[in-house]
Amino acid sequence: MSAIAQTQRRAGAFLNVLQTNPTLGVYAVLVIMLVACALFVPGFASSDNLINILQRSVALSLVSFGQTFAVVGGSLDLSVGNAISAMAVMTSLVMAGRVEMMIPTVILVIAVGMFIGLLNGLIVTRLRVNPFIATLGMSLFIQGVLFSGFDNFAGSVPREFEFLGYSTVGPIPVGVIFMLLVALGAYFLLRHTRFGYHLYGTGGSAEVARLSGVRTGRVLIIAHVLTGLGAALTAIFIASRLRAGAPWVGQGFELESISAVVVGGAPLSGGRGGIWGTLAGVLILSILSNIFNILNVGAFAQDVLRGAILIAVVAFYTARIRR
Amino acid sequence: MESTFSTTQTPIGQRLRRLLSKVPVILIVLLVVLILIALVAPTFYRPVALLNFLKRAAPIIVVAIGQMYVMLSGEFDLSVGSLITVCAAVAANVINNNPDNLALAFVWVFGIAIVVGLINGLIVTRLNVPSFVTTLGMLLVLQGAISIYTRGAPQGGITDNFRVFGRGNIEGTEIPYAFVIMLLVIAIGVYLMHFTTFGRRVYAVGGNPVAARLSGVNVGRIKTTAFVLSAVLAAVGAVLIAGFSGVSSLSVGQGYEFQSISAIVLGGVALGGGRGNIAGAVMGALTLQAMFSLLNFLGFPLPIRLSVQGLIIIGAVAIAARRGRT
Repeated sequence: MSAIAQTQRRAGAFLNVLQTNPTLGVYAVLVIMLVACALFVPGFASSDNLINILQRSVALSLVSFGQTFAVVGGSLDLSVGNAISAMAVMTSLVMAGRVEMMIPTVILVIAVGMFIGLLNGLIVTRLRVNPFIATLGMSLFIQGVLFSGFDNFAGSVPREFEFLGYSTVGPIPVGVIFMLLVALGAYFLLRHTRFGYHLYGTGGSAEVARLSGVRTGRVLIIAHVLTGLGAALTAIFIASRLRAGAPWVGQGFELESISAVVVGGAPLSGGRGGIWGTLAGVLILSILSNIFNILNVGAFAQDVLRGAILIAVVAFYTARIRR
Repeated sequence: MESTFSTTQTPIGQRLRRLLSKVPVILIVLLVVLILIALVAPTFYRPVALLNFLKRAAPIIVVAIGQMYVMLSGEFDLSVGSLITVCAAVAANVINNNPDNLALAFVWVFGIAIVVGLINGLIVTRLNVPSFVTTLGMLLVLQGAISIYTRGAPQGGITDNFRVFGRGNIEGTEIPYAFVIMLLVIAIGVYLMHFTTFGRRVYAVGGNPVAARLSGVNVGRIKTTAFVLSAVLAAVGAVLIAGFSGVSSLSVGQGYEFQSISAIVLGGVALGGGRGNIAGAVMGALTLQAMFSLLNFLGFPLPIRLSVQGLIIIGAVAIAARRGRT
């Protein structure tokens, strides 16, 4: 009798911890998923499949890490999807199969990504346009220009460039190592620099941050520039995987990256969340689509489940805030 | 001579500027676009062409008015585009080329819309999930569900007695049904928004939810009602769109979520709720559609529409923010 009560209390305390520490909560969900999938989904736990899941997480991770900066700052970036398409096309178009153009192209694309982010940041902070509208407008603008000029795969990358998308170190794909390095860098920026602290402050309460001497405008601009950088890295990786960019390759990344960040425990109201939460969010989404594929769930049913799960996960987080 | 010129000039200039600052930005933009159209394509202003233009604008206006309730109450509805697709595809399936099924189709279309709106509203208000995430999730669910239901492409077909609402004229006149439906929706929208307690409460909930709750407004119910209205008007929009352009693919509703939000933002609704009115939303939608026509007349490729839409929503909101500051 009392043993049952005690277990219940412990379970309750466990749930409380999970809910008060979102990152821990997300990782608990991730671990439970992994264990359940390993037990019940045939072929899931093979090393090939697990590496496959990681490989398929790279593109979404890179853009989601960037998105994390915007969301933590209380903003968001709806333009990353079309920006990725545009930059992927730019990558293969400028490289045009030439090895000597690889490094200049990568530098160019990164600069373009950061410039798009800079514009977003300036529109949000200096023109005081709501981030939803600012980045939606930017997204529509890029999409219009892109689709006026291109309707198919354009250009190509040299064989050497496929290194990023296809090579492995031992069993680990280069892309995954690259993603982890980016994650470490992003984590360092968020948690161990003045900028990171200021960003959490700005997202938590822009007014309080401003009154305590944080230049919130500049902090938010930098956050948007980093979001643009994340999109650029994704575009480069996708170009390497697909060997060329097309005007639709980035479609959906805007909403998927926001989903990943939100599933990773960051509220859209800003001030909370982090890179490791986002990484877990991405992995949860990737594992879902992986097991859907193994279990032969159709693409359409995957949409239904993904939508329902997104709502359910966020409902789980908000249940905490209400209490 | 010169001095009298300047003394009379300044007050007039000032008065003009003061007058201009009271005119909504969107009205000026709309007039500019209409004047440009007059220069490029004067035939646009023949009554028949004008009514045709309004027929094409009707769906955006109707959907935008629904979205407006949601946005005034401080939320978003990103699911209207996929709901339009669902309604159009379900109508095609239920009618299945038999005109006798018209009434049944309407029951299905509006039934689904009400359920979807209710679910959106209840998730946002009872489970406290932000509307961005809720309606994004709903978008995915609807998109997937309709693809499963139709196996990837619309089945069945709609008949002329259904299509007439979107593309037909009232017998013996040049007046499109869509135009009449649009006027009706505007009239009902204005009445609900500006002449009922419900409308005032929508403003209150968006302006300051805490104050609204403390003064006895059931915030949850108001927001849920707004989501249901948005969904129902999306269904009306679906009837118009399906009638006008048919149900040939599962992308009929694509883009309407962002177009309706763009129209409303152009019309001066503050994101986060509490400010804005129907007239603004209607002018915003008309401006968007007029801009599309203008680009068409000028021979720009279709995708450029998106770029222009992007630029003008950023511009409009930036100007509104600047005005709000001074």
